[in-house]
Amino acid sequence: MNSQLRERVRDFLADHDPRAMERVDFLRARYDAGLAWVHFPVGHGGLGLEQALQPDVDRLFREAGAPDNRPGVNPIGLGMAAPTILAFGSDAQKDRFLRPLWTGEEVWCQLFSEPGAGSDLANVATRAVRDGDEWVVNGQKVWTSGAHNARFAILLARTDSSLPKHFGMTYFLCDMTDPGVDVRPLRQITGEAEFNEVFLTDVRIPDGQRLGDVGEGWKVANATLNNERISIGKSADRESGMLGVVASTWRERPDLRTPDLHDRLLRLWVDAEVARLTGTRLRQKLAQGQPGPEGSTMKLGFARIAQQLSGLEVELLGEKGLHYSDWTMVRPGHVDFNGRDAGYRYLRAKGNSIEGGTSEILRNIVAERVLGLPGEHRVDKNIPWKESAK
Amino acid sequence: MSDLDLLYSDIEEDLRGSVRDLLEDRCDSDAVTRMYDGDRTVVESLWKSLTELGLAGLLVPEDRDGQGASAREAAVVLEELGRAAAPVPFLTSSVVATTLLLEGDSDLLAPLATGERTAALLVPWSLAPDAEIPAVSIDDDRLSGTVSTVAGALEADLFLVPVAAGSGLSVYAVEAHEASIVPLVSLDMTRQLADVTVDAAPGEVVVADAEQAVRRALDAGAALLASEQAGVARWCLDTTVAYVKDRKQFGRPVGGFQALKHRLADLYAGVESAAAAARYAAATLAQADPDAPVGASTAQAFNGDVAVLAAEEAVQLHAGIGMTWEHPAHLYLKRAKADQIALGTPGRHRARLAGLVGLPG
Ligand SMILES: Cc1cc2nc3c(=O)[nH]c(=O)nc-3n(C[C@H](O)[C@H](O)[C@H](O)COP(=O)(O)OP(=O)(O)OC[C@H]3O[C@@H](n4cnc5c(N)ncnc54)[C@H](O)[C@@H]3O)c2cc1C
Repeated sequence: MNSQLRERVRDFLADHDPRAMERVDFLRARYDAGLAWVHFPVGHGGLGLEQALQPDVDRLFREAGAPDNRPGVNPIGLGMAAPTILAFGSDAQKDRFLRPLWTGEEVWCQLFSEPGAGSDLANVATRAVRDGDEWVVNGQKVWTSGAHNARFAILLARTDSSLPKHFGMTYFLCDMTDPGVDVRPLRQITGEAEFNEVFLTDVRIPDGQRLGDVGEGWKVANATLNNERISIGKSADRESGMLGVVASTWRERPDLRTPDLHDRLLRLWVDAEVARLTGTRLRQKLAQGQPGPEGSTMKLGFARIAQQLSGLEVELLGEKGLHYSDWTMVRPGHVDFNGRDAGYRYLRAKGNSIEGGTSEILRNIVAERVLGLPGEHRVDKNIPWKESAK
Repeated sequence: MSDLDLLYSDIEEDLRGSVRDLLEDRCDSDAVTRMYDGDRTVVESLWKSLTELGLAGLLVPEDRDGQGASAREAAVVLEELGRAAAPVPFLTSSVVATTLLLEGDSDLLAPLATGERTAALLVPWSLAPDAEIPAVSIDDDRLSGTVSTVAGALEADLFLVPVAAGSGLSVYAVEAHEASIVPLVSLDMTRQLADVTVDAAPGEVVVADAEQAVRRALDAGAALLASEQAGVARWCLDTTVAYVKDRKQFGRPVGGFQALKHRLADLYAGVESAAAAARYAAATLAQADPDAPVGASTAQAFNGDVAVLAAEEAVQLHAGIGMTWEHPAHLYLKRAKADQIALGTPGRHRARLAGLVGLPG
């Protein structure tokens, strides 16, 4: 890491004693000093540097005993809403939203999917109708992770149903405290309700919370999704994530080892290590700017490896693998893919190849947008949405 | 090797029909799902009506109050129980415990066959037929010890307990009320496990010099678990095929996308193969064929993984709705994953096959 940046962090820490300050005040000051996400522009929590420098900055803060912004609580805000607001937001929007987002004072969720618009996200039916300086939104969203903790949402809605599906959508920043927002827990296979159904009834959104132009929602949403796929697929250190968990089980339990399991574990070790290197290489290629469809390969690999590793761990544990920690329905404050017990990890990992675009859709994206292979025949692409929608 | 019949007789199909009808009536997936929240009310009435069909006595000769049928019929029942993720102690009591009691002349076999009583063999559910059998100790005719992760213990009123006797094993019968039973939060709550402790409990010998008898009972369990796994896989395939025909995205049924068609064609081949492996294991077991252990381990090594794959594909191809509690796919995922470990993992059975078929490592 460059010494200038190191100095900057040192100077900041000299002026701001993390032990003497309130957590939020410290985080706000760190943001204002441009040390929140160094690749963001000056004035918005960054210094316009390379993203690759960030882990070192975070490490220096950690070593100084500074509080972090609890990234696990706000993954959608940090991983998706922030880069999209940065790319498409007005100055006023960046000023209003980015700082409390980064500090974790405002948690975000993603109101994209609907019962009829999962893989086919461009089929959203939630309607936003302009009323003076406001938009009035009605519809139903589903599988909304963390909506019960969220202050704001990124929202995709249809603003013109007479246009073909990809052209009639607009992207909004929705206040989850609006009285028309009704969040209902949706329990999932792990027992807990991490996601929700969200009913929107005459929700009023000021036009100032529109992100991008009217009708440009699909383009903005794609920027969000590319960021989502890269953030779900990222992992920095060797043996981090699911591999770290399973490797330590292996090291702690010599009694469970068999040649068969050993071979399978080592294959997955190699897969995970190569995925890590591929991710590093991809980040070096991107350096800055918006991730493209190539990032989809990372998420594909991440999901497969997490699923195979967690499945292997249950088998490895054998008798103990037949246990489960707790089926009680709770609405968790944050989600840890690698937390709790082997059974939980196994079940939760099943979502990794569904959330943020299924693995089948990601393969289509790689095949069509990266490799340029011809797409499927699309019956509904060029006709007005209202004629194709059922 | 002459070919054994791997299809189903008319009688077997009739049996399947009546079991399926009963399960459709009495085993709805919402009631089964409630078991994860501790409501086990579905079990008792369902098991009672299954025993009224005589199913508990399928493996027991008529002169000992049974139906005088065979492992082939029991396998058909298990296919259906798997297809419904049914939470009944058929495999643990009517197959494993019953097979063990058939090796002795205990009077306890008859009430098991009629369904009056239900038994469980006290071994960890993950125990492979060729693994070391944990045994409790005996002192002055009283049994003491703990056996962990036992299947069928919560439904049983009678335990068959392996007891260390000199250099060998004997199996004692112990009344369930003489033991303390701690239910476990289990990955598969439709076959909830328990730790069972006996502390100076009285018991009577039901099979002496029982090590081989216990192994044969576990082997029968492994052979027939393969049919349950085939049934689990079958449900997953059928339900998923129906769903992708119906679910539309991009203006068309998602089942029309070749990526899904190929996956489901492969899965179909896997499920058919699982049925063949299960049928062979049941047929060899039914006629005490010397190839029965090979049949059982082949079926376990294959079907354990196919059932898991089928359930994983069901979740993936249902996507968001497949990750929800309200859709039954998760019942099958959890059952399949627990079944993969039950009575020995596929890896364990492959290692056993290495010895059985002369391919040492
Ligand atoms: C744990 C979890 C968290 C989530 N969190 C959020 C969230 O916070 N916000 C949000 O908006 N959404 C969220 N989602 C929703 C997720 O984005 C959707 O579930 C996903 O996009 C798939 O949509 P679907 O469930 O409708 O499946 P469908 O689109 O109905 O797909 C069904 C099956 O068909 C396949 N398929 C569909 N089209 C094709 C094709 N063209 N070619 C080949 N195969 C195809 C799919 O891959 C899948 O296997 C979450 C989902 C999960 C599981």
